[in-house]
Amino acid sequence: MSNNIDLKKGLAIPISGIAALKTKKTVVPDVVALKPTDFKGLMPRLMVREGDKVVAGSPILADKKFPDILLTSPVSGTVAEIVRGEKRKLLEIRIKTDEKQESLDFGAKEVEELSEAQIKEALLKSGLWLTLVQRPYGILADPAMKPKAIFISSFNTAPLAADTDFTLADGFQYVQTGVDALAKLTDGGVHLSLFADTCLSSPFHKIENVITHVFSGKHPAGNVGIQISHISPIKKGETVWTISPMFLAAIGKLFSTGKLNLSRKVAVTGPAAKEPAYIEAVPGIPMKDISEFYDNSAKDIRFISGNVLSGDSIGEEGYLGFFADQITLINEGNHTELLGWAKPFRTKVFSTSRTYFSWLTPKKKYTMDTNLHGGPRAFVMSDVYGKVLPMDIFPVYLVKACMAQDIDKMEEYGIYEVLPEDLALCEYVDPSKINIQDVISQGIDLMLKEMA
Amino acid sequence: MEKKNYGWLNSTVEAFESFLRVPATVTLKGAHVRDGVDLKRIMIIVVLALVPAALFGMWNTGYQHSLAVGAEWGFWQEFWFGFLKVLPLYLVSYIVGLAIEFASAQIRNEEVNEGYLVSGMLIPLIVPIDTPLWILAVAVAFAVIFGKEVFGGTGMNIWNPALLTRAFLFFSYPSKMSGSETWIALNNGESLIDGATGATPLSFATEGLDAMNNAGVQYGMSFWDMFAGLTPGSVGETSVIAILIGAVILLWTGVASWKIMISSVAGALFVGWIGTACGATDVPAYYQLVMGGFAFGTVFMATDPVTSAQTECGKWIYGFLVGALCIVVRLFNPGYAEGMMLSILLMNTFAPLIDHCVVSRAISRRAKKVKVA
Repeated sequence: MSNNIDLKKGLAIPISGIAALKTKKTVVPDVVALKPTDFKGLMPRLMVREGDKVVAGSPILADKKFPDILLTSPVSGTVAEIVRGEKRKLLEIRIKTDEKQESLDFGAKEVEELSEAQIKEALLKSGLWLTLVQRPYGILADPAMKPKAIFISSFNTAPLAADTDFTLADGFQYVQTGVDALAKLTDGGVHLSLFADTCLSSPFHKIENVITHVFSGKHPAGNVGIQISHISPIKKGETVWTISPMFLAAIGKLFSTGKLNLSRKVAVTGPAAKEPAYIEAVPGIPMKDISEFYDNSAKDIRFISGNVLSGDSIGEEGYLGFFADQITLINEGNHTELLGWAKPFRTKVFSTSRTYFSWLTPKKKYTMDTNLHGGPRAFVMSDVYGKVLPMDIFPVYLVKACMAQDIDKMEEYGIYEVLPEDLALCEYVDPSKINIQDVISQGIDLMLKEMA
Repeated sequence: MEKKNYGWLNSTVEAFESFLRVPATVTLKGAHVRDGVDLKRIMIIVVLALVPAALFGMWNTGYQHSLAVGAEWGFWQEFWFGFLKVLPLYLVSYIVGLAIEFASAQIRNEEVNEGYLVSGMLIPLIVPIDTPLWILAVAVAFAVIFGKEVFGGTGMNIWNPALLTRAFLFFSYPSKMSGSETWIALNNGESLIDGATGATPLSFATEGLDAMNNAGVQYGMSFWDMFAGLTPGSVGETSVIAILIGAVILLWTGVASWKIMISSVAGALFVGWIGTACGATDVPAYYQLVMGGFAFGTVFMATDPVTSAQTECGKWIYGFLVGALCIVVRLFNPGYAEGMMLSILLMNTFAPLIDHCVVSRAISRRAKKVKVA
């Protein structure tokens, strides 16, 4: 394609455990957990008590700043437990499911006949408003705002990520409905990015009412933040929204059937996963429901909701996150390696650096674990980071500005354009083992505080 | 695994433990998997790249000695003589430098940084062979404390610590650092045979090409002699062949920047060409690449990732100016025969400024682009 944006920089981490393209089971959880911490910027005001009956679509909590934004239950059942952490911070709302699977009926509607306000209202009421992510900062979308544009990445290049062509194959008509609804919320149009290798075979290229862009390259080419920076970089004062394609289907289902349906195909992946494959699930399912995928008798598996670069470690007792369509199971690397860094050959460890010999086996997949492979140091190398970040910014300068809490410099160096996940690869390759995503996240928090 | 606490010795114990084996630390935040490379690996590659220059330097020390005193020595005898001369320099460099590194790490309660493994390897290679050990110890202490630790350790320093050591020696003890007596190892009571000189090619080069060709000394001074390194000089700087082996290792592994190396050579050739064109010297420009510390500085010192320019565009500018300034000092400053140390230290100082200009330009260019879009 002529307008293909080819990203030369990036890295496909060769980790083993990609999910086979088949649905192994449909998880029917007996309890699901909603985690307000999944939504950056959400200040929860709880609307239920333990013991309350809820159905799919019933409001569980509202945001304090935007009271119209609701988080709703994905299942029907009873509120079983409300888990709080330090300073009574709301961590989880656990809902015991019943077998009735009732849903609130929001009423099926024809999207073409709805106004912008009606679409907003439907999304807010059903809880699907929370699927929109507002940039800069990756926070809740402000319902009073009209974004410059809405961006969707139709593909995910993260390690072992779910294949959206497969996960959404059953409901493509819903995706189109979702796009039509969102198109009414912005004047800048809905921008859909396709992957060059699959852009003609993927059903996404048939989606109408969008401005399509084609990208090629390794991770993070599939990150919507990277794509935005190539399509139309975010300036100071501008706002854009992004949404994951699986939620387009959920929005489409809401308007077509009148019901909230957050079920999705989730890829169970990772070196510690047995016969990795997909499952049919709703957000908030407990990890014990996928017990046939792992053997944690040695208690050495890390359960990640999301991918290995930017997912959350949730533990064996944890619950799938709201935005996750992937679970990664990976062994903890809490063992020493004699003379590790000094060995000429270290065949079990992958490195992008030519100081090792991984480049000799480009096809090899590695059983990676969570070992840090070193200790934290100050920045020393200068050219390793830019090689995995296809953006027109200076990553080390941005990170240092965040460390120094220098707001002006953070602005200059592009804090508006990035989320931590966009710099995840910089963190991966960093020989100084600096937690770059955490630094960026703290920088964003500072911006939110100071610019509010 | 539980971390044991060794009280005030924490940093030291950790350093030795993590030197022997990769620690059991797991990722706590951010990316759950990390690349296998760490600074230990990178630093050891640099040390490895320095080994050919160090070994050659040891042999050359003995070789030059045997030429100067008229001894007829075999290869191993020459190497052994040089080895015994260089070894004390290494002992002093590492013991003094690492002791300060360990102490500083403990004061800051951080892990000991690997940076000094490279600095310690470099220092004996860029000093005259007969540098008194106590002076070397003072210089190393000065460079590590005031060149690095006061800024916060490896990664925070402005100047290359190894070059700072040399600069300290150069300005504080000039009698030990220049003149033709310093570059050849002599034991007490030994003296040069008739017609022999310890002067380096650079000091002849200040008098022109004829002086180099007709020096009539014990060693040859043709391009190939200097390329092979059969001339007196600082321990590791003479052999361009040994340095190029190191350069190949550094470039292949991507540890050092090829941009800096290429642009430094370009800068040197450019000024060397101007020098011959305007009649400042009749030494061909390409001679400048094999004389003195130019090759060693370009490959191992100018490319120090911490003290060089950080931006890719800045590296071109920085490298070019390092090479150019070095030859400017050689050709147009009668005071100093060699300019590599001064030019790298000066460019270390200006590297942040170069980066600042490059980054500012990139940002304003981007701001304009965004406005148009």
